[in-house]
Amino acid sequence: MEALIHPDFKGLVVILMSAVFVNNYVLQKFLGICSFLGVSKKLDQATGMSLAVIFVMMLSTAVTWPIQYYLLNPNGLGYMQTIVFILVIAALVQLVEIVLKKYIPSLHSAMGIYLPLITTNCAVLAVTILNVDKSYGFLASMVNSLGSGLGYFVAMVMFAGVRSRMEGGETPESFQGLPILLVAAAIVSVSFFGFAGVIENLFS
Amino acid sequence: MEGILFAIISVTAIGVICAVMLAVASKVMAVKEDERFPAVRACLPGANCGACGYAGCDGYAHALIEEEGIKTNLCVPGADGVSKALSELLGVAFEDVIEQVAVIKCRGDCSVTSPKMDYQGIDSCKAAKLLFGGTGKCAFGCMGLGDCAGICPNDAICLENGIAHINTRQCIGCGMCASVCPNKLITIMPDVEKMLVTCSNTEKGAVTRKECTHGCIACKKCEKECPVGAVTVVDNLARIDYDKCTDCGHCAEVCPTGCIVKGDFSGIHSA
Repeated sequence: MEALIHPDFKGLVVILMSAVFVNNYVLQKFLGICSFLGVSKKLDQATGMSLAVIFVMMLSTAVTWPIQYYLLNPNGLGYMQTIVFILVIAALVQLVEIVLKKYIPSLHSAMGIYLPLITTNCAVLAVTILNVDKSYGFLASMVNSLGSGLGYFVAMVMFAGVRSRMEGGETPESFQGLPILLVAAAIVSVSFFGFAGVIENLFS
Repeated sequence: MEGILFAIISVTAIGVICAVMLAVASKVMAVKEDERFPAVRACLPGANCGACGYAGCDGYAHALIEEEGIKTNLCVPGADGVSKALSELLGVAFEDVIEQVAVIKCRGDCSVTSPKMDYQGIDSCKAAKLLFGGTGKCAFGCMGLGDCAGICPNDAICLENGIAHINTRQCIGCGMCASVCPNKLITIMPDVEKMLVTCSNTEKGAVTRKECTHGCIACKKCEKECPVGAVTVVDNLARIDYDKCTDCGHCAEVCPTGCIVKGDFSGIHSA
């Protein structure tokens, strides 16, 4: 097993903060855009979806990390990473849905429609794969997943706010609908470039 | 070779474990569905048109079972038959469905108006509407590119002489055509009505006249002559109040351009 990174507390905070702001999955890496544009219409829906994403990201990291380091790597199957991870994440989300439906119906009806959306969300797969690429230890991986989920949450909530403001404004006819949405998303994304370098320097 | 074999076996094993886990979980933690749901759902026509106001037939069936006081007569395409079946199944009072039909408030075909451009763009009213307000001289009228005919689930709409016509005998009253018409020419009305203003142009009479000889010129003759005061001219366009209208047909007789018509608009469910 190659050397894994096991950062101290300060290192964990840096990982968390940079996952939220600097390496924001939606606004900097442009992953999970489909759900970002689709579900950010209303604040409560955006919040529900984000919480589901945080939960699924952490859960799938907790499952895929051991698979990578105790099953794939020792047997030289590192190249099977993508397919195995997709398989496991999809099955996991389905299982979560079944469990929720049985035991917490209220949460299921609130979160239920978002869970299938997350099943094949590229952001979730990206988090699990990047954790391995960056050789994070288990704890660091979990913190990174939490941060990525929180980053998604921040982006969703911010953009839901932007969209609610946009509804009041007069949009030129040719920009109505998706075009103005993409323009707004691009501007919000540009605003996040301001965070580049801030976090590392803050804690150094 | 061994490497490939091991890879295949291990991935298959993971897949099988996941599958077994899901299968067991879905059996053990199965949630009982209301046993009435399949029966209620079977009564509905399954067009998923949304005329009832719910998201498809499944949504309406769920609402009927779970919520109190949902009326059984909301399914317009299903008409009385569906309403009766639902009422018997759920043990509530039967209510007559007001059958609806879609009608087009434009008769500006090739003989009375003409196009203002030789449109060769995308074959869709929605696209044509974006180009200088439509292809016809009259910006309010039917462009005859057939967005409505394309979405109609029952083939009730045909294109003839450059405009769309609705065969109300085929119309199930779902209202999908009304939602796609960019000029909002199609309205849904009870199929017992007989009178219809077949124009939607709200420009001044002289302007309308130049664009289309069939259009409403807002002369107010119908308003003055109507024996029950059911017709009013608002925004240069005659409008009929169906609560007052007695279907006497007098307005159609006096209308100088013939844009008010008397006809039989009974829908698919009328004998």
